[in-house]
Order: sequence, then C-alpha cells, then structure tokens
Amino acid sequence: MSANLSAFLYLVAGVLFILSLRGLSSPASSRQGNLFGMIGMAIAVATTLANHPPADGLAWVLVIVGITIGAAIGAVIARRVPMTSMPELVAAFHSLVGMAAVLVAAGAFYAPEAFDIGTPGNIHPQSLVEMSLGVAIGALTFTGSVIAFLKLSARMSGAPIILPFRHGINIALALALVFFIVRLVLTGGAFDFWMIVILALALGVLMIIPIGGADMPVVISMLNSYSGWAAAGIGFTLGNSALIITGALVGSSGAILSYIMCHAMNRSFISVILGGFGGETAAAGGGTGEQKPAKLGSADDAAFIMKNASKVIIVPGYGMAVAQAQHALREMADILKKEGVEVKYAIHPVAGRMPGHMNVLLAEANVPYDEVFELEDINSEFAQADIAFVIGANDVTNPAAEEDKTSPIYGMPVLQVWKAGTVMFIKRSLASGYAGIDNPLFYRDNTMMLLGDAKKVTENIVKAM
Amino acid sequence: MEHAAQVVDPFIFRLSIFVLAVFVGYFVVWSVTPALHTPLMSVTNAISSVIVVGALLAGGVANVSSGSGWARAFGFVALIFACINIFGGFLVTQRMLAMYKKKSK
Repeated sequence: MSANLSAFLYLVAGVLFILSLRGLSSPASSRQGNLFGMIGMAIAVATTLANHPPADGLAWVLVIVGITIGAAIGAVIARRVPMTSMPELVAAFHSLVGMAAVLVAAGAFYAPEAFDIGTPGNIHPQSLVEMSLGVAIGALTFTGSVIAFLKLSARMSGAPIILPFRHGINIALALALVFFIVRLVLTGGAFDFWMIVILALALGVLMIIPIGGADMPVVISMLNSYSGWAAAGIGFTLGNSALIITGALVGSSGAILSYIMCHAMNRSFISVILGGFGGETAAAGGGTGEQKPAKLGSADDAAFIMKNASKVIIVPGYGMAVAQAQHALREMADILKKEGVEVKYAIHPVAGRMPGHMNVLLAEANVPYDEVFELEDINSEFAQADIAFVIGANDVTNPAAEEDKTSPIYGMPVLQVWKAGTVMFIKRSLASGYAGIDNPLFYRDNTMMLLGDAKKVTENIVKAM
Repeated sequence: MEHAAQVVDPFIFRLSIFVLAVFVGYFVVWSVTPALHTPLMSVTNAISSVIVVGALLAGGVANVSSGSGWARAFGFVALIFACINIFGGFLVTQRMLAMYKKKSK
C-alpha cells in the first residue's frame, strides 16, 4: 500500500470519528454515530497492518493474541458493568489510554526505526519533544485516573487528602519534569526518558488526591481531556493524522465538559484543581437552623398527595444512583401517569458523579428521554408544579445558592424546587450534602421529608398507591 | 526572479490538522445534547484508543536488537490496553445508547 493511500485512509478514519461525536447531538442519530466510530477504528487498524505488517511469524502471533485478549476483556466488561458504575468505568478507561500512550512512546523510543523517527540513540530532537509531551501527559493521566477510579468506586475515601507544602511539592515536580524533558531532547538518554515517566506518574497522584468527591465530575472530564492531549502528542510522533485528529477532538471534548461542570457549580477551574473542597470541615457558613423542626411524612401521605396532584417534577441525584432506585421511581411515575398526573424529570448538570450520569440511569429504567429536561429548560416550570419530588439530590436544590450571600455555594445555578406547591425530599437523614452545607429547604412549611433509603421509600410509595 | 523550491516541514502540516481538529471538536462537542454526556465520555475513550496504531507498529517491529525486543514487549502490553478500551468503550456506548427511547405510543 502506498504511503499516500494509507495517509488518506487515516484521514477517512479521522473524519468517521468526527461523525461519531456529531451523531451524539440527538439520541436518534447517536447509534449510527457509534457505528461510524467502529468503522473508523477498523479502517485505522487495517491500514496499519497492511502498511506496516508485523515483521515475522512471532510478531503476528503477538498482535493477534494481544487483540484477542484485549477484545475479550473489553467485551466482558462492557456487558457486565452496572450502569451505576459508569463513572468508575470511564475513569478506568482513561487510565488505560494514558498507560497505552506511555507504552507506545517507550516502544518508539527503543525502536525508532519502526516509527521513522531516527535510529536508536539518535532520534530527531523534534520527535523527542513530541514524544516526551505525550509520555508526560499519558503518565499523569494514568495515575490521576487510577486515583479517580479508587475514589469513585469507594475503594478510597472521597475526602480530600491535603499534604503539607503540596503546592511547593507539585511545583518542584513540574520543574524537574521540564528539566528532564529538556535533557532528553538534548541527549536522547534512556535515563531521562524514564525519569519523565516517574515524575509524571507521581504528579498525577498528587494532583488528584486533594480533590474531594463532589468535584469528581470535573476531575473525570479533565482526565478525559488529558487522555486526548496525550494521544495527540503520540500522533505527532507517529505523523498519523487519525491519531492527531482524535486527540484534538477528545482533548477539546474533555475541556468543554470540564467547563460545563465548573460553570454548573459556579467554581473556577483553578479552584477545583487546587482542591480541598468537599471535606468534612467545610460546614462553615449557611448552617443557622440546626435545631429547627422538619416536617416528616410517611409513604402513605406522599402517595395520597401525589395521586391528587396534576403536575409532578422529579429531581434525581446521586442518592438515587447509590440506592439503585431508578426502576422503582419509573414504576411510581407510570402509576401517576395512569392517574392522569403530568410527570417530568429535572436534571442538574452536576447531579451524580459524571456528566450525564442521571440521564443514563433514567434511560436504563425505560424513562423516555423526552420526559427528561435540563436545568435551563425546566426551572421556570416549578412554579406551576404541585409537587417537586427530590430523590437523592440535595445541594443542587439549595435555595441558599440564590438567597444567602455568605453560603459557600452562593451563585451556583440550582433547581428552584421550592417554587413548587409541595417539596418532597427522600433522604437518608437530615445531614448536609456532599458540599457540607445545610439545606434550609428541609425546615420550610411546604417541605415534607421522607427519611430512609431512596429505593425502599419509593417502593413503599408505589405500594401505597 | 527564481525561487528555490521551499519544502514545508511536515510538522507544519500536522500542526495545521491538529489546530483545525481542535476547532472542529469545539463545535461538534457543544452540539452534543447534555443527556448524552456519559456516552460522549465513553465513546471518546474508545476513539482515543486509535493509539492502537502505535501499539501495532511497536509490537510488530523486526526483532533485530535488544531495543526492538523491548519495543515488542511494550507494544504488546499497549495493544492489550488499547483493545480493552476499543471494545469496551464502543460496546458499552452501544449498550447505553440502546436504552434511550422516546415515549412509546
């Protein structure tokens, strides 16, 4: 196959990847988009194998065995993973992209002739710059994603870990990283290459451990972005346009998602990166009414009131995901709809632990996507709703964000559930949410608290109906 | 006046592709509906694993020196990781997208 033809085919693959993202503009076109992505990947792999076939029989065996193992593991994971675990699965996938970038760069470093970037010990300086950037970002993505995975899957506490002098340590590591990148470009030594890997691995850990659980939607988007930039760096080394295009797409995708998440929390990107938010000690401000009485209701009361309502807006949050309450919730909505009640769902951009988390869970429970609305589209409707049914959400409904200038979340866009006739809160307890802030809504006259596990309470309501 | 034919460094071509693709990504991703942000993340995971082309090059290199032996080993592991991501990413996205349904009736 000629070099021109293969370059053209890589371009076709890149365009198919663009179309796969384009398809996600609506659920109807998304399935076709995913198919385009698969075709693009098949073209890229076939082109590489045709243009640079494995050198001998053993190499063919390695390639086929490698693909088979990876495909088998990937397919099993994709089939078995529960939808509530998507955030940690995505974090784990990010870490694999990061590690693959490091390993490919290491391969290019030890066998540069296969990548047309020079001879061993004498690699073009420009390729070394591209390679070292890809390696550094890849290694950082790897350990950062591993920490994010451990925090999201609760194998590690979600509370921020604050080391003394952490900013000083990070700056020192970053400077050392730059030093070894420069030295690698000048000398091309293997020692410098591996020092870059080690320093970037350490930096990835230190960057993510001080970030608390509530900021995970930002972290996971940010690591998404990094994995893209790492791929683009390797794409420059290989001179492969499919890889460069994809890296740029993924990099900007993650950056935009991080921006959306930060915006939805009214936080600056820098303050998220610096970390420390979402700890147990952050309860300062806002909490004035600890002793105020809250009105507690029973499942029977809730069932009776909702059946007699004409419009109910359901606000799901992370608590629904933890309790796996989405199926019981949809059953409840079905009964209400049969009674002639209008049911809608309202989703805050940072509900859950990753962008779009709630939408996937509702879709899994067969909730039609045209009943699910984003914050800007539904906020004006709470005033006409008889009931706002808040299940497992807290901070995203806190009126302090609009009314109390001293609150840490002041200015954050929130769902105005308090405008509805009655607000029902399903919560485990009256404790504050992830951000550690008291929610004054719990103590208002038109609020009814339904304490207990989200799934059990919802099931009891369904029975009472 | 005659100019000697000037050759543009291929790096400039790659940089052009990269910069334009960042802009394409910017506009395409803003048009993604927020309801599909989770599938967006899983599919970007899958496509960024096109880094598999690098793994294929490294894993299939001619075994002539100790350096190429190492390259094969790194390439083999990278190939497994990338393929987990490709198959896992596309299939889990497909599974998710199949769940998004419109109101029946």
